[in-house]
Amino acid sequence: MNQPHMQKPELVCPAGTPAGLRTAVDAGADAVYCGLQGPTNARNFPGLNFTPQELSQSIEYAHEKGAKVLLAVNSFPPAGRTQEWKDSIDTGVQSHADAIIVADIGMAQYMAEHHPDQRLHLSVQAGASSPEAIKFYCREFGVKRVVLPRILTVKEISDLHAEIPCEIEAFIFGNIGMMAEGRCSLSSYATGLSTNMDGVCSPASHIRYENKKDGSLVSKLGDFTIDCFHCGENAGYPTICKGRYDAKTRSGYYAFEEPVSLNLTRLLPDLVQAGVTALKIEGRQRSRAYVKAVVHAFRKAVDACMEGREPEMDTLLALTEGHRETQGAFRTKAWR
Amino acid sequence: MSISASSPSRPCASRLRTLPRIALAPIPLFLLQPLLRFIVTGVARRHPALFNRLGSSQNKAILIDPTNLPFALLLHPRPDTPTLEAVRRKKKVPHDAKITGTFLTLLDMIDGNMDGDALFFTRDLKIEGDTEAIVALRNALDDMDISLADDLAAHAGPLSGALKKSLRALQGIRRSHQ
Repeated sequence: MNQPHMQKPELVCPAGTPAGLRTAVDAGADAVYCGLQGPTNARNFPGLNFTPQELSQSIEYAHEKGAKVLLAVNSFPPAGRTQEWKDSIDTGVQSHADAIIVADIGMAQYMAEHHPDQRLHLSVQAGASSPEAIKFYCREFGVKRVVLPRILTVKEISDLHAEIPCEIEAFIFGNIGMMAEGRCSLSSYATGLSTNMDGVCSPASHIRYENKKDGSLVSKLGDFTIDCFHCGENAGYPTICKGRYDAKTRSGYYAFEEPVSLNLTRLLPDLVQAGVTALKIEGRQRSRAYVKAVVHAFRKAVDACMEGREPEMDTLLALTEGHRETQGAFRTKAWR
Repeated sequence: MSISASSPSRPCASRLRTLPRIALAPIPLFLLQPLLRFIVTGVARRHPALFNRLGSSQNKAILIDPTNLPFALLLHPRPDTPTLEAVRRKKKVPHDAKITGTFLTLLDMIDGNMDGDALFFTRDLKIEGDTEAIVALRNALDDMDISLADDLAAHAGPLSGALKKSLRALQGIRRSHQ
């Protein structure tokens, strides 16, 4: 069983491009997670992600600087297309990635059969949150770390830690989506492209913005209007789960979630005490500027936490969706 | 750290923003076209990988509209024959996508000093048309891992030093008024 008390956690940071990866490493990331171009990872956005050659070069760069690289192969292959996902896993192993992050149970099996010595992490997209589910993945496929869905309180994470034989990775900052990770079909309903199988929530090819003469901004996804931001009002991502809708009884209300971002700076000591091994920052779709600012701020905060000081935080509000932050379900189940 | 995406609010900042639009208005656009050609062909030659990231958006026409300049820029990011052309706003030029912001907002985003999503959240950046082309361009530029201002200045021959200092000064003024 893991030793829960104040083991220095790994700061796991996002990278959408090789330049983003170098920025994260230089800003103090202990590990960087990234994906290959195509649908095999959950951030399949235009212009984003790595070619096999870029991945190999980037891993070399990270290793020279003492950082790890974790390859996300964390979408779900549709029937008949598993080879593309297997190829991504093989590329990661051949490139000497420090771990492969998978969500699909079939890809976990492929890892266990073909790359039993390669470190395997279970993606948040797998939605494994109970001791029984996590122990199953550990026992059957040799999973060494689970990335927890953002539905558990710190107390629940602590209880979970006592029961499972693997490391825990928890999100501490960034965009938060539906609280049914790996199971959301909203984007698929609106566009025909699946978050889970095509790797893209609200595909850019289906997004349209209309800037009105009165200064308002209308965001649309496919045939659906997601939101209308008044002049001067902060805008949000054009995702269905963060949209405002009109219904017979209410108008302009957030039916699912509000555009707020997760920030667990103040809970860092509690998370470490609870046995969290790795602290994850969301945002592979974001820029070098975001990566540099957020990684730098959390490097300082985590180091302060480990030295027994109150973690101070640079203001990151300007980078967050909705310019509002939350501790989400980590603080209370009453959230949304 | 240069992460703020809030708009300048002081009156002098507003005047500074609009000054170039007035001061540069008399310049005939044909004088700018060789400079723009030099910029886009130079970037294409030095950073060919940029075009791989664009994918199918290589064939799109993207209108870049710096609100405080008296003209917009029409970009065709074709790998072999990229073009960047100054166009008057009153002239309706066909385009697939449009991105709008102040000149220095756009430059700071390209240079990796400011986050494009954050600029979008604060409405400092506006997007219209083919969102996929804009997202691909933004991500491709973000992977250049260089300052476009420095890159251009380094290849501007005898004007290098002056160009670099001017751009840095403008960026400094912008940040001091945020």
